Amino acid sequence: MSFARDTLLIFRRQLRLSLRNPAWVIIGLIQPLLYLAFFGPLFAKVFDTGLIGGARNAYGYFVPGLLIMMGLFGAAFVGFTIIADWRNGVIERFRVTPVSRLAILAGRVLRDVVTLLVQALLLVLAGLAFGLRAPVIGVLIGFGFIAVVAVSLAALSYMTGLLTKSEDVLAPAVNMVTVPLMLLSGIMLPLVIGPGWLQVVARVSPFRYIINAMRAAYAGHYGGSIMIEGIAVAVGLAALCLWLAGRAFMRENA
Amino acid sequence: MAIIEARGLARTFSSRRGPVEAVRGVDLDVEEGEIVGFLGPNGAGKTTTLRMLTTLLRPTAGTATVARADLLRDPVGVRRRIGYVPQAIGTTAGGTDPSCLVAEELRTQAELYRLPRAEAVRRAALLIGQLELGGLEQRMVKTLSGGQRRRLEIALGLVHSPRLLFLDEPTTGLDPQSRSNLWDHIRGLREKLGTTVFLTTHYLEEADTLCDRVLVIDHGKIVAEGSPDALKRRISGDLVTLSVSADPRTAKGVLAGRPGVREAAVDGRALRLTVEHGEEALPGLLRALDGAGIALVSIQLARPTLDDVFLTLTGRSLRDDSPAGPAAEPVGAAAAG
Repeated sequence: MSFARDTLLIFRRQLRLSLRNPAWVIIGLIQPLLYLAFFGPLFAKVFDTGLIGGARNAYGYFVPGLLIMMGLFGAAFVGFTIIADWRNGVIERFRVTPVSRLAILAGRVLRDVVTLLVQALLLVLAGLAFGLRAPVIGVLIGFGFIAVVAVSLAALSYMTGLLTKSEDVLAPAVNMVTVPLMLLSGIMLPLVIGPGWLQVVARVSPFRYIINAMRAAYAGHYGGSIMIEGIAVAVGLAALCLWLAGRAFMRENA
Repeated sequence: MAIIEARGLARTFSSRRGPVEAVRGVDLDVEEGEIVGFLGPNGAGKTTTLRMLTTLLRPTAGTATVARADLLRDPVGVRRRIGYVPQAIGTTAGGTDPSCLVAEELRTQAELYRLPRAEAVRRAALLIGQLELGGLEQRMVKTLSGGQRRRLEIALGLVHSPRLLFLDEPTTGLDPQSRSNLWDHIRGLREKLGTTVFLTTHYLEEADTLCDRVLVIDHGKIVAEGSPDALKRRISGDLVTLSVSADPRTAKGVLAGRPGVREAAVDGRALRLTVEHGEEALPGLLRALDGAGIALVSIQLARPTLDDVFLTLTGRSLRDDSPAGPAAEPVGAAAAG
């Protein structure tokens, strides 16, 4: 299976480069850790008023939101690395070898998934220190969601980077997509406490369904329509993004 | 047997102002073991042609067989058999990651060509020796000098021992020592391994000293081809500059009609002649002057450069880009005198 072999080859190369600069894993963690430390206690107070509900404890509600936020921002910016690689002529060099052009994408995405899972694990451990209580199975399901979200966003970001080849285009594009998605996903506060129109608008954000399913998992509810919706949206989104990005990488002219 | 055979290769890009024909029907044949230079000014279609031949760009028309694989039907077959070193200047660099280690890049490249791990390690070690990269294995690419980095990039193009190597502007941006060192390596490839080398360049000196054959491309079409010497002979003739003690116009009258003399022009105190096969014509010219009783003060024979050829063919000079000084005035200037 040469595609799998090629993907692993690219993955190993990218991972080696990441390990040479492990600071990035920590930098990606700083923002969610700050939220956990400085916003978490406020959120816990609000949670205790009973306005929010839907979770066993405040951090069981809050941490899944932080995980999605980290995934959103972590994976959405990976496209910058493909622009750098393109500038260095590395993409072109790879494209003239017999290596699968899809593996050039897949190996990178796999590295991003692994990076994000490491960050997610560290964030959950930090959450435990703050008072997160969730079943192990629920946390593992949450990791599954994070991995699939990372696939979607990383693929999309690589595609945008490869097609535009410009940081000046990619940076605003990423912000234009991630910030509204984050706001409309109820990452900090549940959308149910908002006005009706906001709840209607928020239905377009795929992350809303994913985060609801993650919160359900953290509360120990593994079945039901929320979970099915969440899985369907996450997998559907990943498939769509991979298909789009795959087409961009397989193009004969790039 | 031809290792590259292209017929009517063309590429049209669409732009806001309508279609742009970057390459308009290129035919070319490269024989096994040749070093062929593709010469042309920026924007002439050199790189576009090279990108088509290396499967990076799909031709909009034409066919080609590269290393015995059909370019359009079997691009992966082409990729397996060729080596390619991208140009290291302009919008993209030569293909190495600044944060990778030298040995790592070579091993990765070998594995991209599906060499087994042990073989990849062996090839990497071999090329490190061949391209004088010894001692740099564990260095990061960004710490290499320009010449070292370029040698690494060429080594990357050679990991799978291809029969055909494409080099896009191999020595652009290098200092003269690194440049001539790289030329030695490229010659060595052909001598030791019989590798065919197809390179683009806008350095005339490079085409002149390195290439067996030169293809000149301008406005997307090949306008001339041949060995550097043949091109120079065909286009320009040699330039003979004489100064005589008498009136140069008298000397002009004596020499203008002699066989081989194409043009004669007086330039101040000097007489300039454009002569076919200058070194053979020289004794005859001297005898003729002697016979007419004209005393010679000095004589100079200059071979035309590829720049003269270029100027004649395209109406443009490559000189601004050339590191080598001109050995003769452009033919146009002599004819205008």
